[in-house]
Amino acid sequence: MRQPGRVVGGPPDVAQTELWIDRTKCDGSRLCAELFPERISLDDWGYPIISPGPIPASLMAHAEKAVDSCPVLALALRRVERKPPPPPPGAKAR
Amino acid sequence: MTTLSLFSGPPSSAGAESFRDHAKRLGHRPPGDRALIDTLDRSGLVGRGGASFPVGVKWRSVESRSRGVAVVIANGAEGEPLSRKDRTLMALRPHLVIDGALLAADAVGASRTLLYIGEAHGAAAVAMARALGERPPAELARTTLLGAPPSYVAGEETAAVNFVNTGVAAPLAVPPRPFERGVDGRPTLVQNVESLAHAALIARFGDAWFQSLGRHHATGTILLTVSGAVTKPGVIEVASGCSVDEVLALAGGVSGKARAVLLGGYFGGWISADHAGSMVLDPKGLRAAGGSLGCGVVSVLDETADPLDVSARILQHLANESAAQCGPCFFGLRSLSAATTRIASRQADHGDLPQLHRWSAMVKGRGACRHPDGAVAFLESALKVFEPEFSAAAGARGRRAS
Amino acid sequence: MLNDTVLWYTTRGAGAVSLVLLSAVVVLGVLSSLRFEVASWPRFLTTGLHRNIALTAVVFLALHIVTAVVDPFTHLGWLAAVVPFSSYYRTFWLGLGVIAIELLIAITVTSLVRAMIGHSAWRAIHWLSYGSWPIAVVHSFGTGTDAWSAWMLVIDVICIVAVVGAAAARLILRSPDALATDRARFRERVSRKVVK
Repeated sequence: MRQPGRVVGGPPDVAQTELWIDRTKCDGSRLCAELFPERISLDDWGYPIISPGPIPASLMAHAEKAVDSCPVLALALRRVERKPPPPPPGAKAR
Repeated sequence: MTTLSLFSGPPSSAGAESFRDHAKRLGHRPPGDRALIDTLDRSGLVGRGGASFPVGVKWRSVESRSRGVAVVIANGAEGEPLSRKDRTLMALRPHLVIDGALLAADAVGASRTLLYIGEAHGAAAVAMARALGERPPAELARTTLLGAPPSYVAGEETAAVNFVNTGVAAPLAVPPRPFERGVDGRPTLVQNVESLAHAALIARFGDAWFQSLGRHHATGTILLTVSGAVTKPGVIEVASGCSVDEVLALAGGVSGKARAVLLGGYFGGWISADHAGSMVLDPKGLRAAGGSLGCGVVSVLDETADPLDVSARILQHLANESAAQCGPCFFGLRSLSAATTRIASRQADHGDLPQLHRWSAMVKGRGACRHPDGAVAFLESALKVFEPEFSAAAGARGRRAS
Repeated sequence: MLNDTVLWYTTRGAGAVSLVLLSAVVVLGVLSSLRFEVASWPRFLTTGLHRNIALTAVVFLALHIVTAVVDPFTHLGWLAAVVPFSSYYRTFWLGLGVIAIELLIAITVTSLVRAMIGHSAWRAIHWLSYGSWPIAVVHSFGTGTDAWSAWMLVIDVICIVAVVGAAAARLILRSPDALATDRARFRERVSRKVVK
């Protein structure tokens, strides 16, 4: 049974959905980076670096798997409300 | 010459101004309403807690969602070690702060007002409690005093809200921001006590009056905590738009020779003494230029002090004050602090200095709150202003095979 | 007569398979919380197997229960499968089985709707797995016709050793969450009793 990715702010318009993380919940289990390496890499301490920006339709399935995999429910898919912030230096999108 | 507005009236030696004296000097507080928000817009008042965000805009964002059940938190936590302005203001002019908080409550349609005062600020807490007791019963009934735990991040707005809701002053991830959902899920205005005190005077005397107090394009007055290598350290009130040179003169001048000035506190940044002097202290202007007056700390570093040691200690403090909720903040600041301390002790490893740059970039923006960003910005200013010292110290141990 | 035997063998077989699968599920659950990982075995493999084997076990358990209830030899009604200790047949041991499956249903359902109920609620219920598994084992010894046959004993020993070993590891090894201690220490520092 597939669980749909949790979306904050209404149903996802696929081209305008981005990954959001609650940093206070994330405890570095690293499952998300394994399942969505296209957009999630790990920093020196094992915590996720998320490339900003909307997720294309071709990657949505991976994004949803990553969101489902988080053992502490720190990840969510969110409607892009405004211009995405500039990418943090050091984040690498594959 | 100092420009007084918040500290007009009895001198500081007279202690807290009583309600009777306050009412006699300034009149009772006018009603707060939506028109006050427009006045605040025109006055150019920006938040004095560190972010310098326009106060009118902030109040409007709460008012538009309020439906009469909003909450106001007057933020007097002041966790920044170098800042003393908020506790001084609360100790001397508690009624201005309370006026401002109640005006905000009326203007945004709040049913509860909370005065969030740092536990460690004894004189301020006593003065505020006593002052609250002097207020009319109707005001007392909807106003509560709360002691903020003594931690750096306790004054962060989501930490204040979280403390009221759960008793734990730890920051939360956003969204939702407090103005959307805060105390008990209601729209909440978290405003610095100095900002509220200014609002209390603007409500009486108008936006044109506030504008007239400032210099050039700046408006109003600002409270600063001047410390470090100055003859008369302390809290002063100056016209917004005056220069650092003027501020240092008011603090009795620099004792010794200045190497650099720390502007804004641990969350601010170093400016070299050459550039600092003529720098104009206008919170709005600085923010627009990408800088920040922060919480109004102006701390002078003397030539004879070791800038690396001072910077390393500050960074250590910031690392220790991490809420330890977000991995990048806790581990990132700890790594940065350890490396900076090694460099300052002239015990640097080969890779320490490049790692500082790399880790700074890695940590920025990856905490739930802005604590790691502030710490990184501080470190980056130190790396820039004290570049010669850092390079020399980083190479001091000599090249070794890693 | 043949039908009854088929049903009876299916009940016993499905029960044995469920026990093996659920033992694997508990071990995988512990490996997941300890963040077990080697080069050829990524984290998502542990969590994925844990989930899929659990769901497979539920299917076998359904088979185990349905065949037991419809089997005319046992005279069990549907009520006996739902209300613990309500059967005439091996009342106590079967009752344990009912308890074990009901705990497991709670765990399974909460896991499927985890996103809706939040992490804390999910976690609280999930701890019941440390209760459900031993109860199931005792049930199998009490009701299992094959419980004392050699092959079943071997299977039981392997399962019990595996789960006890995993549980011991869970107790002894430090939590791999590197922030746990400091997070708790900070919260302690900034916690006060707030009168609202």
